[in-house]
Amino acid sequence: MTVEAARRGGEALGDSALRPDGVLKVTGEFAYSSDLWADDMVWGVTLRSPHPRARITGIDVSEALAVPGVHAVLTHEDVPGEKFYGLEHHDQPVLAIDQVRYQGEPVALVAADHPETARRARDRIRVGYEVLEPLTDARRAALDPSYPKVHGDRSNVVRHQPIRVGDMAHARRVAEVVVRGEYEVGMQDQAFLGPESGLAVPAEDGGVDLFVATQWLHVDQEQIAPCLGLPTGRVRLTLAGVGGAFGAREDLSMQIHACLLALRTGRPVKIVYGREESFFGHVHRHPARLRYEHGATRDGRLVYVDAEIVLDGGAYASSTSAVVGNAASLGVGPYEVPNVRLDAYGVYTNNPPCGAMRGFGAVQACFAYESQMDKVAEACGLDPVEVRIRNAVAEGSRLATGQVIDMPAPLAAMLEDARAFPAPPPTGTADVRDLPGGVSNTTHGEGVRRGVGYAVGIKNICYSEGFDDHSTARVRLETVGGEPAALVHTAAAEVGQGLVTLQAQIARTELGVRQVTVAPADTGVGSAGSSSASRQSYMTGGAVRAACEAVRERVIELAEERLGRSLPGASLHDGRVVAADGLAVASLAEVLAGRAVEETREFRHRRTTALDPLTGQGDSHVQFAFCVHRAVVDVDVELGLVKVVELAAVQDVGRILNPLALEGQIHGGSAQGLGLALMEEIQVRDGVVRNPSFTDYLIPTILDMPPMRTRILENADPHAPYGLRGAGEPPTLSSTPAIVAAVRDATGRPLTRIPVRPEHISCG
Amino acid sequence: MEFLRPLSWEEALALRAGRPDAVPIQGGTDVMVEINFEVRRPGALLDLNPVRELAEWEMAEGRLRIGAGLPYTRLIEEVGDRVPGLAQAARTVGSPQIRNRGTVGGNLGAASPAGDCHPPLLAAGAQVEVESAAGGVRMIPAEEFYLGVKRTALRDDELIRAVWLRPAEGPQHFSKVGTRNAMVIAVCSFAIALHPAERRVGTGIGSAAPTPLRAAEAEEFLAGELAGEPAWGRSLPDGLAERFGELVGRAAAPIDDVRGTAAYRRHALAVMARRTLTWAWQDRLAGTGRS
Repeated sequence: MTVEAARRGGEALGDSALRPDGVLKVTGEFAYSSDLWADDMVWGVTLRSPHPRARITGIDVSEALAVPGVHAVLTHEDVPGEKFYGLEHHDQPVLAIDQVRYQGEPVALVAADHPETARRARDRIRVGYEVLEPLTDARRAALDPSYPKVHGDRSNVVRHQPIRVGDMAHARRVAEVVVRGEYEVGMQDQAFLGPESGLAVPAEDGGVDLFVATQWLHVDQEQIAPCLGLPTGRVRLTLAGVGGAFGAREDLSMQIHACLLALRTGRPVKIVYGREESFFGHVHRHPARLRYEHGATRDGRLVYVDAEIVLDGGAYASSTSAVVGNAASLGVGPYEVPNVRLDAYGVYTNNPPCGAMRGFGAVQACFAYESQMDKVAEACGLDPVEVRIRNAVAEGSRLATGQVIDMPAPLAAMLEDARAFPAPPPTGTADVRDLPGGVSNTTHGEGVRRGVGYAVGIKNICYSEGFDDHSTARVRLETVGGEPAALVHTAAAEVGQGLVTLQAQIARTELGVRQVTVAPADTGVGSAGSSSASRQSYMTGGAVRAACEAVRERVIELAEERLGRSLPGASLHDGRVVAADGLAVASLAEVLAGRAVEETREFRHRRTTALDPLTGQGDSHVQFAFCVHRAVVDVDVELGLVKVVELAAVQDVGRILNPLALEGQIHGGSAQGLGLALMEEIQVRDGVVRNPSFTDYLIPTILDMPPMRTRILENADPHAPYGLRGAGEPPTLSSTPAIVAAVRDATGRPLTRIPVRPEHISCG
Repeated sequence: MEFLRPLSWEEALALRAGRPDAVPIQGGTDVMVEINFEVRRPGALLDLNPVRELAEWEMAEGRLRIGAGLPYTRLIEEVGDRVPGLAQAARTVGSPQIRNRGTVGGNLGAASPAGDCHPPLLAAGAQVEVESAAGGVRMIPAEEFYLGVKRTALRDDELIRAVWLRPAEGPQHFSKVGTRNAMVIAVCSFAIALHPAERRVGTGIGSAAPTPLRAAEAEEFLAGELAGEPAWGRSLPDGLAERFGELVGRAAAPIDDVRGTAAYRRHALAVMARRTLTWAWQDRLAGTGRS
């Protein structure tokens, strides 16, 4: 079915229910976390290191403390509990201790009654630095044991994950065609709306209540409390208005800092990063260097892949280990490859810390393996789509990890669909906005050539490698003003993906009620896990459904008691209990009779296993999702400017739960991939960020992002709630290599580095 | 930080004279970014928005006098047909919201080498009208206005009142390279203005040297090659536009920076110069573009 054909305006599962915050955000009325306010609050600011690597010889806060209006100045000595935190490794100091390892590392905190006062006091903190040569060569960090260490005696290699399949020596003898490539992926930023911000309020029990924009309340709580020296229960979090996340809010930013200042001053403390500080306040997508060698038969069937992937994790581990796991396990793409030797490394350097971003390790690999597939096609004289179809996985295929795909994976058909999209018409020259360069008036058609490119990607959905993931939902059904009403309570972070809307749709459908309220997300209910890995529809969707089912069972029991007969196969519809024969037997109001029915359920996905540390074998993933892109571009080959004329996507989502929200995810994911292909890069030289602003960190505008065609398939995954498949990330993988392939097609340039810059095309 | 709000031009000049540390602000699209990024903390802001006459334009002595506070949007709509090069540059500034607030005066005051208005002002031979309470009015030719990166010929007690330029006497074009298709700071830019009566072509280069500048050698080359009446009625000789482009590329003194490389800037300028000259000449032969 197409999205256009879907029902709009309804509010049940499958309808394009509208999100409650949509109009507020567009009209500027939405309350972001930066809008939080308490009458007696003070403002916190952070002093950050200007150096990527230095020893701290001394910190003098006396002048800062003397500034009128300043309430507190804190350094690492003021951290009462654990001094380090982190998602996977507790390697990151709350405030720098004796040394700094990246530009922008927090060194000290100031609280003052006005933000400008706090900033001026911050500028009066004197920090002595002995500046050291930054360690910024990720490849040496991965492979050269003599390279100096970023963390004392600890290895620079955060994780090395090999994949070993088959007999490479034999494979090399058999391969008739060999193509090699070296690729580089620049550092992309999530560039979310609403920079890091929150309000920490000291509580009477000695604890603290933190209102914050984040992605996973409970993992924040688990990291914050030990650093404050408090039991977990005395650090309570409530989700504040989030603009977007894309992975950048998985790691802590200002959370511990605001709580420290609140507990020290006894006042509510607000911290709001500006956009420039935000570039230093969160992790980015790992830049990568990738070397690939593909061997194939003359008819384009892959015989082997030999690859090395180096991911630069920067100064602290963040989620580097898991990113390496994805890059390794998905490193050959959605293809059947009988022989694989692949090594993925994630390393420490003095570059900005990198961690989660939409696509999470699969994006970097996808650019490389898809570039390689085009080379294989060319070497074999095949159409790029054809070579992909010949190697595409299907249900029952074995991946490089040995895991068998036990769900629909109709990749070959999806590729055929992408190829069958009608070609967009040639661009006219009447309006410069349709041409490369847009309003900048650089061409009236001169030097413009069209190119077409295809790419596919494979993304794991949910957390992997044996992580016992779960989500919790509490659902309450009662009558309010004579009408049945449901209250859904989870700790799941709405980060713009539409989860609040979806939770309400599920409750409406499962409980047959119109009125559903989704309570604010907080730590007053069990963990929902992270709004990451395209997992929330699956996990929290699954939890809400399970809790609704439990409520429904009890309501039917109540109905049975009331009616004095059993109701096998009964369901709830339109505020009524409906027997198996379709006849309504009682209203919910009658059955509830003033009582509330409340149930809490934890939902778990099926278990996964770790990857073998030597061979990379293991059933490490819960679910796989696929997207195929066709990109059509016009390139001004003289100036190196690109206009993406059309992006077309084919994606299998298992089941469409909200067509409008789904379309938004596919458009947004594709746009983020376009950004990585053509413009988005945090430029780092010698560990120093050169463009920490939206003046020079460019993200696509409406004149860069073309109209999209989408074809959305619904091949249900039998293991997943409703058969759904996570949808947010897959489009981000494949749009980048599809666009670069199209630019190569137009220009004949090799283009091995992304983002592609004009000089790569025109001065090559 | 003090916020000074004069209600008249005379009051603004008086305040300016007494507060050399004050930064004049109009739309705030540049000044406020610098303040928000803590690039500077001026002692005072001199808000020129209440001085309404700055936001007007008029025809005087056969020339167009564009007030320093005329927003780009109004410039495009109200006088764009008379200064097409400047209007094209104005269309490439920021977003619609920025163009509703930003002004030519602000562009001149900031004097960023990447400012979009500078190349068409240079190509058109514009003059900048500045004034101080003590010194009165000075008219500064655009090419003498820019002294260095964000440095101008404006004295401490002077304010920019207006820019003067003749309505286009021939075709004009502006072209700018950026790494996205809208809302982008120039990697480099180029403006051309044909002055048929003088048998000469004006040029302006942006974002490829410490200041905006004219491509003097390229202008002289064209003036020489196109000397005499017949040349201005015929097609461009083969290779002329290419040679012109090379000379424009050579006139620049670009650097490698976060937006692009020096080599790319020279190359792109050569391409833009060739193309814009070709367009301007086509306009002229077709009788369009006010030739």
